[in-house]
Amino acid sequence: MSVNQASAISTVGEGHMTAMELGGLRGLANLPNQVYRKSVKRGFEFTLMVVGESGLGKSTLINSLFLTDLYSKDYPGPSQRIKKTVQVEQSKVLIKEGGVQLTLTIVDTPGFGDAVDNSNCWQPVINYIDSKCEDFLNAESRVNRRSMPDNRVHCCLYFIAPSGHGLKPLDIEFMKRLHDKVNVIPLIAKADTLTPEECQLFKKQIMKEIQEHKIKIYEFPDTEDDEDNKLIRKIKEKMPLAVVGSNVVIEVNGKKVRGRQYPWGVAEVENGEHCDFTVLRNMLIRTHMQNLKDVTNNVHYENYRSKKLAAVTCNGVDNSKVKGQLTKSPLAQMEEERREHVMKMKKMEAEMEQVFEMKVKEKKQKLKDSEAELERRHEQMKRNLEAQYKELEEKRRVFEEEKINWEAQQKILEQQKLDASKSKNLVCVLFF
Amino acid sequence: MTEPFPPTSAIPVPVGSHGSASGGSTLLGYIGIDTIIEQMRKKTMKAGFDFNIMVVGHSGLGKSTLLNTLFKSQVSRRNAGWPRDEKIPKTVEIKSVSHVIEEGGVKMKLTVVDTPGFGDQINNDNCWEPISKYINEQFEKFLKEEVNITRKKRIPDTRVHCCIYFIPPTGHSLRQLDIEFMKRLSHSVNIIPVIAKADTMTIEERQEFKQRVRKELETSGVEFYPQKEFDDDMEDKSDNDKIRETMPFAVVGSDKEYQVNGKRVLGRKTAWGIVEVENSNHCEFAKLRDFLIRSHLQDLKEVTHNIHYETYRAKRLNENGGLHPISSNGTQESNL
Repeated sequence: MSVNQASAISTVGEGHMTAMELGGLRGLANLPNQVYRKSVKRGFEFTLMVVGESGLGKSTLINSLFLTDLYSKDYPGPSQRIKKTVQVEQSKVLIKEGGVQLTLTIVDTPGFGDAVDNSNCWQPVINYIDSKCEDFLNAESRVNRRSMPDNRVHCCLYFIAPSGHGLKPLDIEFMKRLHDKVNVIPLIAKADTLTPEECQLFKKQIMKEIQEHKIKIYEFPDTEDDEDNKLIRKIKEKMPLAVVGSNVVIEVNGKKVRGRQYPWGVAEVENGEHCDFTVLRNMLIRTHMQNLKDVTNNVHYENYRSKKLAAVTCNGVDNSKVKGQLTKSPLAQMEEERREHVMKMKKMEAEMEQVFEMKVKEKKQKLKDSEAELERRHEQMKRNLEAQYKELEEKRRVFEEEKINWEAQQKILEQQKLDASKSKNLVCVLFF
Repeated sequence: MTEPFPPTSAIPVPVGSHGSASGGSTLLGYIGIDTIIEQMRKKTMKAGFDFNIMVVGHSGLGKSTLLNTLFKSQVSRRNAGWPRDEKIPKTVEIKSVSHVIEEGGVKMKLTVVDTPGFGDQINNDNCWEPISKYINEQFEKFLKEEVNITRKKRIPDTRVHCCIYFIPPTGHSLRQLDIEFMKRLSHSVNIIPVIAKADTMTIEERQEFKQRVRKELETSGVEFYPQKEFDDDMEDKSDNDKIRETMPFAVVGSDKEYQVNGKRVLGRKTAWGIVEVENSNHCEFAKLRDFLIRSHLQDLKEVTHNIHYETYRAKRLNENGGLHPISSNGTQESNL
């Protein structure tokens, strides 16, 4: 901002500030652009949690919302695997669009509501949300805050089964316990089950029950803009949103749309008359993503933080797992951190030494084993050799015997021949 | 033996008239034993028959609507006085409603047993117990009547002949609760599993889901009706095999009518088309109806009476070392 074009803000009397005229476009008006550029460079983070019984189309909806195959045939969503207890799984995906990059974390809760006895199936979910808030609290209280990743859950989409009657006891319990920890947005899943009239009745019934049980779902903030307000009011009337998701693209009237093909027609996902999917997408991504993050930061996180810190200061003795003691001075904390780090290093070293020793022992053992093996084989071979040698000796002896026999026989034969020839000679001589 | 018919003997008469052949045993020819079918038919028509059907499934699966569609009248408990949006009960309740339906001179006393509260709680452990108890109670009632010294001419039959179990159309697999229920009850009642609200799924999804469900039922050892072990002969077996291949039926129910191609059909109107209930390309309701009512109704009753009831009876009689017959004047000193 060049000085001669800067605006001067004068304080008048009671503290009102009036901005003096701006000259030119380079000036305060440029500030949003600067913020924008910085944010775009930094990238955005958003954590979305989906909760609901299996088979309600959560994975399909996520795929449709973000137009990715987060859950595809090769990496099937958690619903395809049978779970005995409620798990909390997270998957990260990096989405880039028009130079803006978004690190999207999807937190899934397979096994929710699937068992016969579902008491406390919300506990793992609550634990997860609290642990993320705690991580953020610790990271915030550190001295070295260079990297502060925001893994808090910004929004929780709760899927209601399209029974057409009302909320189930499980739905009510879950929402009651989570409405002050995270932004809860209830959705009617598989809305193509309901006809438009049934859908209206169902929505009314749900909203009535939500009010009865004093559940605080995410409220769209009123803006100053009248136009926006009208839109917001329309969205509020449609709550809870009835959504349909689809992984399949079908051709309808020459256009390719995401939809579900039935023998009686095609339910289009992005058609506002068929379901409220576009409303959800616009609200979640295009208009209210930042607001969801803000509410998480300002309301839910602050609630958690004040509760946590109140517990610490009340007790005096910190029996929770808060690592960053905020009652100490920064220097002491730094010492503390350094000591921690050193201890961690030592532990790692000790562990590695242990592992190394174990490996050495193993190797020695193996070598000993192979030595023994070799010895054994050597012995065996020697024995074999001796046996063979003996055999050979035996054979040789037998052979020698035979040879002697044979020679003896030969001698006898020769003798016989000689005798025979002698006698023949004698006979011949006699004849002449 | 080929003797010519003596011209004075009775001429063979067709079914329906007073036609048993008179004359001696030398008369060859038509006797008329097959008229017994006609006699039975007349008797059945006069007496009417009972059919008790139970529907099980968690709320919102369209049980009442399906029953109304099946019997083309308002038979469910919803229309018999209970309001539509009553609260989900805290425990499983058993509510039964009876109607008399008449068609073609045949009277059927249809009793529908509904089980609100099944599978709706957060903790659904043992939610099948009230149902199992009810079924056994009906068997017990029948057994008591049978064991009586002076029996009634026609013992009122309140035994559950058929239990339709509604599987929620998740598209993935059976839930733990479904398998548990069917395992425990397939030995005391005929279970017919159906996939509820089938218009949630496309045709491919339906096929995959059905296959998966069938496989899971097989591996868990659940024998749903028609049970393989009760097939009488090859003909039965081949018929039932064909049916078993297509079970569980994916059904859609509706009691509203719409105009499609000039015809009035029962269906559900959505923004992208009308789901016709009786169109076999859309759903298998017609198959279920034919199976349940037009071909296997009597068989269901027979299997219940001959097999499930007999199993229960044998178990009961073996337990206490025998039942004492009860005199009908009310002093029940049995050790039942």
